[in-house]
Amino acid sequence: MIHFDNVTKVYTTQKRPALDGVSIDVDKGEFVFLVGPSGSGKSTFLRLVLKEEKPDKGRVHVAGKDLARLSNWKVPHLRRRIGCVFQDFRLLPNKNVFENVAFALEVIGKPRRFIRKVVPEVVELVGLEGKAGRMPHELSGGEQQRVAIARAFVNRPQILLADEPTGNIDPATSIGIMKVLDRINRTGTTVVMATHDAAIVDSMRKRVIELEEGLVVRDQTRGVYGQAY
Amino acid sequence: MRAQFVLSETWIGLRRNLTMTVSVITTVAISLALFGAGLLVNQQVTEMRNYWDQRITLTVYMCNDISPAPACQENGPATEEDQDNMRSILDDQAEVADYEFLSEAEAWQDFQERLGSTNEALAGAAQEGDIPENFRVQLTDPDQYDTVRNAVEGASGVDSVSDDQSVLEQFFGLLDGLKWAALVLAGVQLAAAALLIGNTIRLSAYSRRRETGIMRLVGASNFYIQLPFLLEGAIAGLIGGIIASGFIVATRFTLLTQIEGWFQFDVALGTGSLLYVIGMSVILGVLLCTITSFLTLRRYLKI
Repeated sequence: MIHFDNVTKVYTTQKRPALDGVSIDVDKGEFVFLVGPSGSGKSTFLRLVLKEEKPDKGRVHVAGKDLARLSNWKVPHLRRRIGCVFQDFRLLPNKNVFENVAFALEVIGKPRRFIRKVVPEVVELVGLEGKAGRMPHELSGGEQQRVAIARAFVNRPQILLADEPTGNIDPATSIGIMKVLDRINRTGTTVVMATHDAAIVDSMRKRVIELEEGLVVRDQTRGVYGQAY
Repeated sequence: MRAQFVLSETWIGLRRNLTMTVSVITTVAISLALFGAGLLVNQQVTEMRNYWDQRITLTVYMCNDISPAPACQENGPATEEDQDNMRSILDDQAEVADYEFLSEAEAWQDFQERLGSTNEALAGAAQEGDIPENFRVQLTDPDQYDTVRNAVEGASGVDSVSDDQSVLEQFFGLLDGLKWAALVLAGVQLAAAALLIGNTIRLSAYSRRRETGIMRLVGASNFYIQLPFLLEGAIAGLIGGIIASGFIVATRFTLLTQIEGWFQFDVALGTGSLLYVIGMSVILGVLLCTITSFLTLRRYLKI
């Protein structure tokens, strides 16, 4: 599903590469934690998957497509297959829960009838039934992140990228968020989650890829956050 | 594609930047009005030129008792011989299409007919005999004026040779100057309008960066992301163009009507010309705004 082949990315403002000859394979339906200190290259990895950046060396394949050969006007179609969740939720403050989720479908031109059918289903899937009419500021952090997940998942992407989704949320609420991500993973969606949250990584026992200074220093199935070797 | 969504986004953008939108519309309206006025004057001059080119005449005045020219003082009034001589000169000229001879009585009558109704003071001050007998010469090609003039000037009994063109050229020159002044001013204004539009769209893109960021992320097409901004520019341009059309129509019915009033001939611009000028102005306004918006978006809206 995601295939990095010896990928190097250097930002022009920095000497040290953000990713240095990284090769990673993520299969369909996998749940992967991406761990490592700040500046280790986690976000660069996610940005490369979205084709927000281009690698300086190596090849990136996503959902069977060689991104180097993907023309710019086809990038939106790639992104429709990828859902994104961030630490800061990125909800639209002037739209309620339903409208925030529906926005993702409206802007890719889905018919209104389809939106009215699909959005409530996804809102229920993330555990927000009965709260579709609430505005973002009326929700707790955990609930806001659920809305963001619903928005990322409403178009049924093949891949869900989560960049520290629990970074702004207390540990107890984070467990709920992880349950939602796990539920989404069980539908067959590949989930890649960059995180600093050791407790969560340890409790989930999923595949862990650790990056340090742009290098893969550990790739472990059913791993933990800390040094387990 | 959902039209309603795009239109509501456009409307939000226009309303959020209301002051900027108003200034854009004003600048566009003024610049297009100047542009349109320039075009109108241009059309009017072209029309008048065509009219006169077909009718341009050379008038050869013959000597009479009161002619001030030295040749006339010396030789006295033109004789029948001089008239016949002139006829044969004109017959020989290839550029002469036609000519007619007007006696003093006929010239007087013609003068009264042309001016009597509109300028009684002038008609009253003149009398029969003030206008000498003359030859009205029609040319096949108005540009060959000098050849014919050289041929008839200095012939015996000729007082002076005058043509309509030299008088009209001064007038056309004035109108041309007016036209260029309007167009240059319009150009400067249009440049200012373009900068304003760029700035407005930049503000608009900035204030909606959250929305566009999410649209990008969930895979909205570039066209879909840009369309509300482009429409925002296009609508401002269109409204500016419509206001400018009002100014253009006003120009047509005040300034040009006045100019036409100075002539005794039908040189009025038709509705077709007016619509052409309005159409050109509105199209220019919409294109300018849309293209500027597009160029601005390429810089400030990362796709």
